[in-house]
Amino acid sequence: MEGLSRHYGAVVALDQLDLTVHPGELVALLGPSGCGKTTTLRLVAGLEDADSGHITVGGKDITRLSAAKRDMGMVFQAYSLFPHMTVRQNVAFGLRLRRVSAAQRDKRAMEMLDLVGLSTQADRYPHQISGGQQQRVALARALAIEPQVLLLDEPLSALDAKVRAQLRDEIRRIQLEVGITTLFVTHDQEEALAIADRVGVMREGRLEQLAPPTEVYSRPATSFVAEFVGLSNRLDGEVRGGEVIVRGCKLPLVEKDTPDGQVVALVRPEAMSLASQAPDSGSGPLTGTVIAITFLGATSRVTVDLGDTRVMAQLPTSEASTLAAGSRVVLAIRPDPVLVSAGADPAAAAAGEEA
Amino acid sequence: MAALTSVGETPLTAPAGRPSGMQARRRKRLNMFRYVVFTVFGLFFLLPLLAMVRFSLEGAKLGTWSVTAWKQIASYSGTGIPPLISSIEITLELAVITCVVMLVLLVPTMIWVRLRVQWLARTMEFLCLLPLTIPAIVLVVGLGAIYNKIQHYSLSALMLFWVYVILALPYAYRALAAGLSAIDVTTLSEAARSLGASWFSVMVRVIAPNMRQAILNAVLLTAALVLGEFTIAYLLLYNNLQVELYSISRNTPNAGVLFSTSVAALLFGFALLMILSYAGRRRRGRG
Repeated sequence: MEGLSRHYGAVVALDQLDLTVHPGELVALLGPSGCGKTTTLRLVAGLEDADSGHITVGGKDITRLSAAKRDMGMVFQAYSLFPHMTVRQNVAFGLRLRRVSAAQRDKRAMEMLDLVGLSTQADRYPHQISGGQQQRVALARALAIEPQVLLLDEPLSALDAKVRAQLRDEIRRIQLEVGITTLFVTHDQEEALAIADRVGVMREGRLEQLAPPTEVYSRPATSFVAEFVGLSNRLDGEVRGGEVIVRGCKLPLVEKDTPDGQVVALVRPEAMSLASQAPDSGSGPLTGTVIAITFLGATSRVTVDLGDTRVMAQLPTSEASTLAAGSRVVLAIRPDPVLVSAGADPAAAAAGEEA
Repeated sequence: MAALTSVGETPLTAPAGRPSGMQARRRKRLNMFRYVVFTVFGLFFLLPLLAMVRFSLEGAKLGTWSVTAWKQIASYSGTGIPPLISSIEITLELAVITCVVMLVLLVPTMIWVRLRVQWLARTMEFLCLLPLTIPAIVLVVGLGAIYNKIQHYSLSALMLFWVYVILALPYAYRALAAGLSAIDVTTLSEAARSLGASWFSVMVRVIAPNMRQAILNAVLLTAALVLGEFTIAYLLLYNNLQVELYSISRNTPNAGVLFSTSVAALLFGFALLMILSYAGRRRRGRG
């Protein structure tokens, strides 16, 4: 298995996309709805036809092959188990089509169900098991045919939060255990960052950045990536001598050789902290009014109106709970390296390299 | 209640009992109404049927009982018309042929339209429902010319299945459309395709089994239509069961066999209904 690459021109859905997935790797495609991530997956699966470009798996061009002959295991967003078959029959379906003997496909089906931890539910019908279990069966069904590539199309989005996190980790465990090359599509950045070897952030049919999760998060290639992966505040600043000055704070730059001038700095909410509560005094550059507080658990997200702009700060809940909407606060920015974007996006070059 | 107490005007005890008493009385009255409606309509439908049954069991002398008319179903033959049993056979055969042709035509087409040519769906619905809006007599005028040609090749009444498929289209279409919309055809077929199923496999192994109930409904409606069809067969000069019954009533006034056959046809229809709904339910119960 060498990898797959594809172009697809003309239609906006996917714009000349190149993507190589290494054997045994889990690549997550991340992006807002309509960015072409699902289209990418459907093209790879053969459920839709590419206008141009090629898809290669293990050195073999499969672009013109029908979906039935591609040897791809796919798990869908919607529940896709066949309602009239038991769990076991569902898992064995692909093998039955391949004329595997009854005994053998039964054995294989049970192995797969063991893998996803559902061998006790083998004789139930899909409507008798929960949504999370259905998706696990769908995973077992996709893996049963020993596909060359596993395609996951937002398999977790129909599930509730707790099951989602659990199944997410399980998918990763199974993927590592089987060692199968996997393409995972999601709009949930947390999901992508948690389990992928590499994350591809997509926008408008293009790949903005393809890199390991830590890099995507800490060194976003473009301002879009920075904003999409984790929230970012966009604040006006000025680059001067290898530093950027944002609302009176000197911050180091990610890219040291940024030319001097006016820029927009992307500051993460967790880099903002509460300096002091100012009942009604002063009007410094980081003084503002609390508009909203969103409780997230251990941390809370506080939206502050600074007069000319609004920023979000992620604060420990213990700190945030002392605040109320309407109270005046002074913020501080931790001197973490920040990414800046001038009028012309300097990160475009970086994305070009990556593609 | 909460609103009442919060206002704080009325004591709690009195109103607590009253609504439940009123509710009970209302429920009783509703039940009464139900029973009355059920009885009236039951009698309305059942009395003529019972009268038919009684008449078919009438003996030679008024007021006596006999099963002669029922025995005659198999052997009756009037002058100038074919034996009764042959038209029964033909009608049953017609029902089977019509059902099979209708299913073979409609099921794959509808699945195909749903999966690949969505934009045709409206047109197809319109075409399928069209026969409902055309009166039988108008249909026959058009069909006359075609059946002239058909009768060059075969005079068998089985040829009626061409029209019957068309007549059954609206009913079968609606039944199948309901079944088709109840399942996520797109996802199921894509899942099957990605597992390596050909289009044929997708239809036969995945979609059709999940439309089982809808297919049974379509079969039932089609069969019922064929068993009861008179107008077109009569106007095109074919002899099916209903035409035969009509002929018997005109030529040889043997009311007994007339009624026994009608009751038998009715019972057959009921039996079919029971069998099909039982088959559907058993499957679902297991599923």
